[in-house]
Amino acid sequence: MLCQDCNKREANIHLTQIINNEKVVLNLCRICAEKRGFHSPFEQMPFPLAEFVTGMLGPGKAKSAGRSAKSDKQEIRCNSCGLTFSEFGKIGRLGCAACYDAFRTELTDILRKIHGSAEHRGHRATAPTEAIRPVKEELRLRDELKKAIEEENFEAAAKLRDRIRELSSKQRGEKSNV
Amino acid sequence: MFERMVQSSASWLSGEGPQSMIVLSSRIRLARNIAEFKFPPSADTDTRDRIVEYVHSAFERAGLLESGDFYRSADITPIDQSFLVERHLISPDFMKDGSGRGLYINNDGRLSVMVNEEDHIRLQVLSPGLSMTECWEQAFRVDRNLCSAMEFAFDGSFGYLTACPTNVGTGLRASILIHLPGLVLTREIDNVIARISKVGLVVRGFYGEGTDVMGNLFQISNQTTLGRSEEEIIDSLAKVTQQIIEYETNSQETLMKDAPDQIEDKVWRSYGILLHARVLTSGEVMNLLSALRLGISLNLIDKVSIDKINHLLIITQPAHLQKYYNREMDPTERDMVRAELVREALRE
Repeated sequence: MLCQDCNKREANIHLTQIINNEKVVLNLCRICAEKRGFHSPFEQMPFPLAEFVTGMLGPGKAKSAGRSAKSDKQEIRCNSCGLTFSEFGKIGRLGCAACYDAFRTELTDILRKIHGSAEHRGHRATAPTEAIRPVKEELRLRDELKKAIEEENFEAAAKLRDRIRELSSKQRGEKSNV
Repeated sequence: MFERMVQSSASWLSGEGPQSMIVLSSRIRLARNIAEFKFPPSADTDTRDRIVEYVHSAFERAGLLESGDFYRSADITPIDQSFLVERHLISPDFMKDGSGRGLYINNDGRLSVMVNEEDHIRLQVLSPGLSMTECWEQAFRVDRNLCSAMEFAFDGSFGYLTACPTNVGTGLRASILIHLPGLVLTREIDNVIARISKVGLVVRGFYGEGTDVMGNLFQISNQTTLGRSEEEIIDSLAKVTQQIIEYETNSQETLMKDAPDQIEDKVWRSYGILLHARVLTSGEVMNLLSALRLGISLNLIDKVSIDKINHLLIITQPAHLQKYYNREMDPTERDMVRAELVREALRE
């Protein structure tokens, strides 16, 4: 039997997977199997569900779903990262947490198809402690610092550096008091 | 790097856990993302580097650095990567493009966290035998701990948000690695797989030529992550696993009733080859060890322990051999060194 991917080499890896009651059989040569991410049976096997999602959506299907939610011309887009719904249909991955808000209606539908439910019933995230506030502040300052250096505004950069140093030494101080 | 790990067995494969004759190990994986960053597949290298540093500082605050080590992509060589994949501590795709990744491994090698795989955080706990609940308890403890040190992307209806919608909700993938030679030899395996898939679980096994190749090892895991609680998901996997163990035990009994001489011959022949062969491929070792494991399960042989079989399964893999002997080897040399290592281990 020849490998179903390259149609050249002998297929010596035969993989059977059952997804949603559908049996999928793959007959691959070693090289093509590795390309698909299958290495050895003892490894953690890759989960092909992302491919399942793109298959379910398909580029065409994603486009029409995107359109039906908005006007014909305008495609829905995540304002935070810029990903459009049809791009998501192609890659099967969302760009950021805000995408879930941007595509809420469409995703609710998709999640029902994948999971049989669109409602989380497990544990909930707890609010982080106050201790992370300075960390977020530090992140913001580091962004500003990068920008200042890019703009060659060295005076501002020096000030920012001092504040970052101050913040991190404060954090270390708090930690040693615990 | 990782020299200490090279010298020791994987503790999650110690052969100690419940049902460890049939179930090699249990695993819990949680996917989490940090609210303010793009998901890794869309983040550029610079952002990924910042995420790594952010997670590192959160781990420091959560006290995790006291009980484990944190590595960055630059610390990990290609051979280390293969080694860690063979140890089940990272996924094969984790370091594909080589930069902007982080990895945490705790001291006993049972807890690992990949930073910037498909999600910002992929936390995993491994443990020997059928021990889902222990895995979950430890994973949950670490999760709560991290929850207080960083703000996770969480939605009131969708739960924990992930790059791929197949992981959303609990972000939980529970899986077991199970050895099913009886079901494969009696050709019952396809029926069992069909039955399991009807209850929302996924079974993956590799078949080479013939019936009993590639170690008769299967991985069973939950398919869906949304709509059920973590405990429900784990409970359903544990229950189905118990049932599969029963089917496997019945198949082994059937084999002993119908073809005792052939089974006994298969076990001892495998032992003989392992004990004397001069060239062994990793696939062959896996199959021979599978036969030995079956032999122990059926009380046909007592010369080897389950613990040793598990150890050999791990250390005869290509990157492990090269780390162990501390040099690069081509496949031909590896096959010879592997045979030598197996001979020595079985004579001990």
